[in-house]
Amino acid sequence: MDKLKDFLLKKFKSSSSEENSGGVKVVFIKELADQLSSIRCLILFALIALTGIVSFYSAASNIGAVSEDSGANFILIRLFATSGTSLPSFTWFLSLLGPLVGLSMGFDAINAEQNSGTLTRLLAQPIYRDDVINGKFLARLFILALMTFALGGFVAGMGIILTGVAPEGEEIVRLLIYLLLSIVYMAFWLALSMLFSVIFRQTATSALSGIALWLFLTIFLPIFAGMVADTLYPITDKADALTQLNNIRIAQGISRLSPSTLYSEAAITILSPSVRTLGPVLMEQAYGAIPGFLPLGQSLLLIWPHLTGLIAGTVIIFGITYTLFIRQEIRA
Amino acid sequence: MNGQNIIEIQNLTKRYGSITAVDNLNLSISKGEIFGLLGPNGAGKTTTILMLMGLSEPTSGSISVAGLNPTREPIKVKRIVGYMPDSIGFYGDMTGRENLYYTAKLNRIPEERQDDLIDSLLAKVGLKDAADRKVREYSRGMRQRLGVADVLLKDPEVVFLDEPTLGLDPEGTAELLDIITELGKKEGKTVLISSHLLHQVQAICDRVGIFVKGKLVAAGTISELAQKIGGERAIEIKASPIEAFPSDVVRSMPGVNSISMQNDMIVIDGAGHELAPKIVRELVAQNMDIYHLKIRGSDLDDIYHRYFQEGGASSNG
Ligand SMILES: Nc1ncnc2c1ncn2[C@@H]1O[C@H](COP(=O)(O)OP(=O)(O)OP(=O)(O)O)[C@@H](O)[C@H]1O
Ligand SMILES: [Mg+2]
Repeated sequence: MDKLKDFLLKKFKSSSSEENSGGVKVVFIKELADQLSSIRCLILFALIALTGIVSFYSAASNIGAVSEDSGANFILIRLFATSGTSLPSFTWFLSLLGPLVGLSMGFDAINAEQNSGTLTRLLAQPIYRDDVINGKFLARLFILALMTFALGGFVAGMGIILTGVAPEGEEIVRLLIYLLLSIVYMAFWLALSMLFSVIFRQTATSALSGIALWLFLTIFLPIFAGMVADTLYPITDKADALTQLNNIRIAQGISRLSPSTLYSEAAITILSPSVRTLGPVLMEQAYGAIPGFLPLGQSLLLIWPHLTGLIAGTVIIFGITYTLFIRQEIRA
Repeated sequence: MNGQNIIEIQNLTKRYGSITAVDNLNLSISKGEIFGLLGPNGAGKTTTILMLMGLSEPTSGSISVAGLNPTREPIKVKRIVGYMPDSIGFYGDMTGRENLYYTAKLNRIPEERQDDLIDSLLAKVGLKDAADRKVREYSRGMRQRLGVADVLLKDPEVVFLDEPTLGLDPEGTAELLDIITELGKKEGKTVLISSHLLHQVQAICDRVGIFVKGKLVAAGTISELAQKIGGERAIEIKASPIEAFPSDVVRSMPGVNSISMQNDMIVIDGAGHELAPKIVRELVAQNMDIYHLKIRGSDLDDIYHRYFQEGGASSNG
């Protein structure tokens, strides 16, 4: 935490002092152009856009069933979290593929330049090392934001046309929050992959480490969580309510270590105002509850820990990346 | 700080774990000087340059470049110092010109000056025709030429060139040496060159320093160094007809130790500098035609090998 404070303080100082080299802007623009013209970036965006649009379309075609279930309120944003007849939801795809976008953007951010010898030349110019890492991160973040808003906007527009329902004000706010959440989620993976690009000298190593961690966190951790919970609190025929409750709590606690769980939970909450709680609900709690929609403030309150968790994770990982990069021996 | 010395290095040491890459180095280089850094592979030349640039932190000791401390004020140092790394890299999917524009922007060269400056530099290093090709398609030497343009772009006060002639063709080498000489002699820039090509270093450097295993074993002008290792210098002569060689007369000259034949050369061991004119006069008197005369030890080759052997005797011999 101290390091983080140091880091923020230093940032503040370097941006306010007149010694500001302005290098961050130059690096930012160059990296932006690089990313926008990179085929890798294009392919992943196409992949996400395609799966997203198809899944959303399939959910929208299923709209009759959806509105029958729970009314037509917030129908547009609910479509993001609704699975179609044969396809998982838009949110599900984004939670699975979003990390890949982040990873693909960052895994060779530093080490590729190190290997090609451009990093030494870059750092021999009158700019701070901060400028290099910040410029690279910000440019990628900007593209993530651009992609997300473009895709989100497109899909929402498609939804309006398909459903023929104009969105309410709150719906738009919820959609924006959802898109921001998606950006933060992908930024987490971006920061992680940039960390790997600083730690590992080989781009293949950093790419594989990123993918391994992605597989572990998005796919294996939830399975693993269930296994641990079942071992500690086995659910048998005669298991009492407390055991069942503990089982769920453990499973949820462990799987919340995964950013994709955090993302999915938060996304569902913000997109489906009918979601009232993210934990297990006891009969006595549910008894007397008035069915209806949670106000925006309450939904936000529910996902606040998720959002801050993801942001804090991103900031901490980027802080570590930053510190390692600043201290790195240039030829090591 | 001495106002004359633009680079001042005191007790500089750099360790990588247990390896001492630079060992208690002391060196001053004055403004406008072309200084050659010599030494075998792994001697610590690149490490020294990296520390001078503020790209690597010294383990101990102090450095001043134009009165600035590169560790504490790296930006100010990098503003006035150009550095060409030994393994220079450019962005392969950008053209040579685009790479230079990036450097120009990083150096905050005003936009209106960029075009002309880059054009003239590209012409200077002979890359005019290849300027708009992707660097990926450049040959090793073309990259090196682009590197020279890249370094000169910021109009540096001090230039560090780490093996700048690596991969250049003879013409490119000659052009580069011209550029360097011009920088030093006409524009008063300070140039520090690390190189393994002794003849080139000898041709353009005012002073040289010889590094062995992180230590500076000698520094000075070439004649100073020659003087220091003096004593055992020999003269080699190629002349004909060989039968006319007045060996008795020469042998009796004061300062001559021995005379021998090596291949078709006569080698006279002794105090070379004083002897040479006398011997020449003698040979001319004998009507001999002299094709070659060299005082061994006055040449950077000889100096280098002598110091290298002394400094690296324990392992490299
Ligand atoms: N990152 C590193 N980690 C550990 N040791 C290093 C590192 N970089 C360099 N060294 C060591 O430092 C010493 C000096 O290396 P340096 O590159 O300065 O030599 P040099 O004189 O430039 O050699 P060359 O003529 O081959 O370029 C060598 O022994 C090398 O092994
Ligand atoms: Mg070197």
